[in-house]
Amino acid sequence: MNFDFIGKRRLWFIIALGIIAFGISFLIFRGLNFGIDFTGGTKLLLNLPGGFTTSQVRDVLAGVEATDANGRTVTLENSYIQETVGTEGQEVVIRTVPLTEEEREQLLAAIAKEWPDFSDEDIRNIENVGPVVGGELLRNALLALLLASIGMIVYISFRFELKFAVAALIPLLFDSFVVITSFSVFNLEINSPFVASVLTIVGYSINNTIVIFDRVRENLRYNSSFKALPATLNLSISQSLLRTINTSLTTLITVGALLFAGGETLKDFTLPMFIGIFCGTFTSIFLASPLFYELKVRENKARA
Amino acid sequence: MIQWTKLLTLILIITTIFTAVALSLPVIVRDINLGIDLQGGVYVLLEAQVPEGGEQETEAEETSQEENKNLWQKITAWFDGLFGGKEEEETREISNEDMIATIAVLRNRVDSFGLSEPVIQREGERRIRIELATDPNNPEQGQQAILETIGKTALLEFKDSSGKTVLTGANLTEAQAVYQADEFGRQVPMVSLVFDSAGAKIFSELTASHLGQQIPIYLDGEVISAPMVQTVISDGKAVITGIESIEEASRLANLLRSGALPLELAQLEVRTVGPTLGSDSLTTSLWAGLLGLVLVMVFMIFYYRLPGLIASLALLAYGVILLDLLVVLKAVLTLPGIAGIILTLGMAVDANVIIFERLKEELRNGKTPRAATLAAFDKALSSIMDGNITTLIVAAILYALGTGPIRGFAVTLSLGILCSMFTALIITKAMMKNLVDSNILKSNWLLGVKK
Repeated sequence: MNFDFIGKRRLWFIIALGIIAFGISFLIFRGLNFGIDFTGGTKLLLNLPGGFTTSQVRDVLAGVEATDANGRTVTLENSYIQETVGTEGQEVVIRTVPLTEEEREQLLAAIAKEWPDFSDEDIRNIENVGPVVGGELLRNALLALLLASIGMIVYISFRFELKFAVAALIPLLFDSFVVITSFSVFNLEINSPFVASVLTIVGYSINNTIVIFDRVRENLRYNSSFKALPATLNLSISQSLLRTINTSLTTLITVGALLFAGGETLKDFTLPMFIGIFCGTFTSIFLASPLFYELKVRENKARA
Repeated sequence: MIQWTKLLTLILIITTIFTAVALSLPVIVRDINLGIDLQGGVYVLLEAQVPEGGEQETEAEETSQEENKNLWQKITAWFDGLFGGKEEEETREISNEDMIATIAVLRNRVDSFGLSEPVIQREGERRIRIELATDPNNPEQGQQAILETIGKTALLEFKDSSGKTVLTGANLTEAQAVYQADEFGRQVPMVSLVFDSAGAKIFSELTASHLGQQIPIYLDGEVISAPMVQTVISDGKAVITGIESIEEASRLANLLRSGALPLELAQLEVRTVGPTLGSDSLTTSLWAGLLGLVLVMVFMIFYYRLPGLIASLALLAYGVILLDLLVVLKAVLTLPGIAGIILTLGMAVDANVIIFERLKEELRNGKTPRAATLAAFDKALSSIMDGNITTLIVAAILYALGTGPIRGFAVTLSLGILCSMFTALIITKAMMKNLVDSNILKSNWLLGVKK
């Protein structure tokens, strides 16, 4: 197969920039739906025996008081209420400001008053995250991405060279960006699994790029001239192309199985992973080696 | 000539894999620790509150604190500084002994629920993480009751008429929920208390000086009972009345038995997952995972033929080794952990794909199956190692940074990477070598190339 990946590099860069522009506009106009893991708050998943309407739930919430982050007493009327399909049919998700233990009990008591058959059994899930922990999670996520990037640059520079490391890292950051954007596009709630899915994509994408760079490293041993570099890079990508496609395909099969057959709980996690793996496959083929070539061109010009 | 020893070795390896699968499966199903998101349960993150008025500190102490910070705290402090972050709060007012004592009391309380493998861990300076998996078949272990029990300070106080505390729960030797007749002769739930000898003496003096008066009993600063003293009580026995139900009484008795918490705790984070939700997500994700595994195997066999079959066997070995390791290391399997397994399953397949693509290439270049196999493993090694080590670096950073579920993800990720390297580089290699060395292949078609 003789496809000119390097010669058409400007086209790939323009496409990538277009995707970034699209992503940024989504992030600006739609924003991200931060869940309670980041903002702090209380989230309840309840089965209300006998059914409910959203306004009925809101009326009940209006009668419960709580103290918000600024120390004011508010009713829970403005909480986020969502209908969802659970094991026994319709269930409700309620997201409020962080509730203390007493406030939580008051809320449950108010609900038990409106739905007399309501018991502890009907509490599917309660999550309560204080604002302190939420802020820490965001900080740790950013810090993890930063430290992981440094660790990878050091290792790849040591095993290959610094230019390979930089050329591997940029597609990686692009993949992370696409995963983050997908949370905005599909309006998924950002919680702790988000951190895990972004970092999974980081791990997956770097592995993909390294396999191609390994082939480049090997082929450079036979011919290391700058003139032949485009041909060497094209050859290396082609030689590892079947492997790249087959690996991505098998991983997409497993993630896809979890996405389409794995139920709602996993979806927040598997959908971004599916998109990230898909994206990571393309970036390791179309971005990593062309970027490496660009860096080499610059080096060559500086030398001349 | 067919090399029978090689062929027998191959058969032996395959038999070993199947035996390992058959022997391990029941053990894995029985013993693997499931996280609360998979099984249902309670997760609480508590933080000890600084007692009021205890905030004086000398400068000498502050500098020694600076030196005592570990590398991680320095990094986070530096990172916070980048964003013009918040002023650091001083956290040292809480003594280590108090934290240890608090954890011991919490352990006592949790043990009273009879849960399997409760996790109570100190996290950092003054946080305590509690993870309790509730048994889906035992509704007695009510999650609400557990939550109510964990956070209570349970400081029991008897106060005299001037409002001074004269006796506390520290002097208790026994607390039990009982039905007893009240002053009207009705059987009502109560908590009966027995004091130690010092407590009995104080109580006898207290009752003697307060004959005909009320002695209020406080729990965490609230009056829970205010009995009228009718006679001097010198045997060190008392009861708390005015309790709604026997369940309530036994909860209170249990709290008093395990003692008061030396520190006041705030619940930073609480998560409960109902048993139905937990087991639902477990079953569906298990089936989906199995479906994914089977599809991958079908693809590998269809595409790479005999090596694909060998890779499928190696994948079985990978799965069994990884899950066995999780059981042996008592690691907790969570939903993000399952994602880590999928990622490393992908990488295990990847290692095989890299090797087999190389094998085809070498065969097309005219090498004999034996030489091609050796060359394929040889040339694939560096790319498999570099790819896996880089991902391992990511996993290590996640482990250092993460708490709870993220840490579980990092553990399965790193174990999975090690297992996938082991199965591809040792097990697949052993099977492939013995296969080509046994001379049973008449054509290269079975190895994935045209003729």
